[in-house]
Amino acid sequence: MVSELQLQLGVVGAYLVVALAVGLLAYRLTSSDAEDYYLAGRSIGTVVLLFTTFATLLSAFTFFGGPDLAYRAGPEWILVMGVMDGVLFAILWYVVGYKQWLVGKAHGYVTLGEMLGDRFGSKRLRALVAGISLFWLFPYVMLQQMGAGEALVGLTNGLVPYWAGAAGITVFMIAYVVIAGLRGVAWTDTLQGLFMLGVVWLAVGWVASAAGGPAALSNALATNKPEFLSLGGGLYSPQFIISSAVTIAFGVAMFPQINQRFFVAKSGTVLKRSFALWPVLVVLLFLPAFILGTWAAGLGVAVPDGANVLPVLLNEYTPVWFAALVVAGAMAAMMSSSDSMLLSGSSYFTRDLYRPFVNPSASDAREAWLARIGVALFATLTFVASLFRPGTLIEVGDTAFGGFAQMALPVIVALYWTKTTRSGIFAGILGGQAFYLAHVFIPAVEIGTMTLFGATYLTWDYALWGMALSAVLTVGVSATTVAAPEENQSRFSEGLRAD
Amino acid sequence: MTSTRIDYRWIATFAILVTFAVPWFLWGDSRVFAGLPLWLWWHVGWMILTAIVFHLFTREAWDRGIVGEAR
Repeated sequence: MVSELQLQLGVVGAYLVVALAVGLLAYRLTSSDAEDYYLAGRSIGTVVLLFTTFATLLSAFTFFGGPDLAYRAGPEWILVMGVMDGVLFAILWYVVGYKQWLVGKAHGYVTLGEMLGDRFGSKRLRALVAGISLFWLFPYVMLQQMGAGEALVGLTNGLVPYWAGAAGITVFMIAYVVIAGLRGVAWTDTLQGLFMLGVVWLAVGWVASAAGGPAALSNALATNKPEFLSLGGGLYSPQFIISSAVTIAFGVAMFPQINQRFFVAKSGTVLKRSFALWPVLVVLLFLPAFILGTWAAGLGVAVPDGANVLPVLLNEYTPVWFAALVVAGAMAAMMSSSDSMLLSGSSYFTRDLYRPFVNPSASDAREAWLARIGVALFATLTFVASLFRPGTLIEVGDTAFGGFAQMALPVIVALYWTKTTRSGIFAGILGGQAFYLAHVFIPAVEIGTMTLFGATYLTWDYALWGMALSAVLTVGVSATTVAAPEENQSRFSEGLRAD
Repeated sequence: MTSTRIDYRWIATFAILVTFAVPWFLWGDSRVFAGLPLWLWWHVGWMILTAIVFHLFTREAWDRGIVGEAR
């Protein structure tokens, strides 16, 4: 008779190995497409683009962070993520993504840094954008490791310690990249995404029927957590909802693996279709994931310290193997999304930092190896950092998105306003980052009645003020300086064709 | 209608879609319908509406504000 722990670990381990094998197989079968991608042949088709972008939703931020927050603070997180991803991000998908696609197609760019560096005639700007992106990618990869660690603690009731879960996913992440190759296989993302979408709805059905139906669940909420049923209150002030939605949406648009996808679409049709489907896809994923966390609160499920609510809830209301399967599926999905993140990160590193500054004539083979070593090193460092657990999953994710969001407005200004100057965009990007970093790392100080470096100013998140500052600096400095002779002011406005 | 007027109409439409994805007018409301809070149902319905409007945008007004001004 196998023990519960053996069954749990067996299911999780087997699923991850199968996911790895499928990734490897997929890579072998699609190597020519992947080659194109790596060589920047703009060949990513409708389905692949839609689902790799969808796969970025499949992270620890969604599967584990979201339900945790809903468990602690209520289901309004569904609204925050819905307005953020389903509406705001979709609009940015058009405003930033479609524009970048046109610009990239006309001039052959593959990274954001490359595009801006060429427009403003500055290698330094290119390196700066790549460097900032890698800096904020760090906490986001770390978030995946934290999520895996906490999920296994929840699933096995603490028998598997946090560090072991985090270490496990790190090993798998590195293996995925090194064995399956650096060319992220988009359709394994797709398969895993569809699998998780199905399983999470199955989990909702299972928990609902085991707990006596949705009506019984809402009655339990009304009895135990009446404040969860009413909109707003507690953590959820209008300021919190708006700040979170805005900073995450703008941050996602600057996220390396998303932003890079804007360049690689085969046709504009791809972007159109994804744009219209986005709001529905988002609700389909977020609603079940976060409602589970909310129900757990109503049912009075007790979550051990440092564990994750989702596996704890599933253990209580569904069979052991099913809970293990959900956790395994979420971890595998996280793993393959991390693969895309690391892939884009490594292309920023090799194309925008290594080649321009260290070795312009490096061979492709050398570059590929360097990228692999870089990925392994990066993942190891994020693992070490994840052991310190600097905050909740949502806090760490929010910090990363906020950091990326500081770049969004200078980039948008540059994309649409031909009078943007090199000094202007430098001022905007550096100013926004300096302001934001100061607020992340410097403890709050009271000066008279004012709090400096606190979480908010006039009740609004500092990340929003940072974004406003970055936009004001970009426009203000551009208006008072003249373009450098190396700038190509018409780069983003002339010669753009949709077909 | 001039091209700029159409642009403004779409900008206004998008602004409304963003604003009411959160049913602010139900703030503090705790009515429940079919096991879920009423405000959550509003959100689900609104997202479906958003997808439909986005689809119309891709058919009627795609490229607006991005390609075309240079022509």
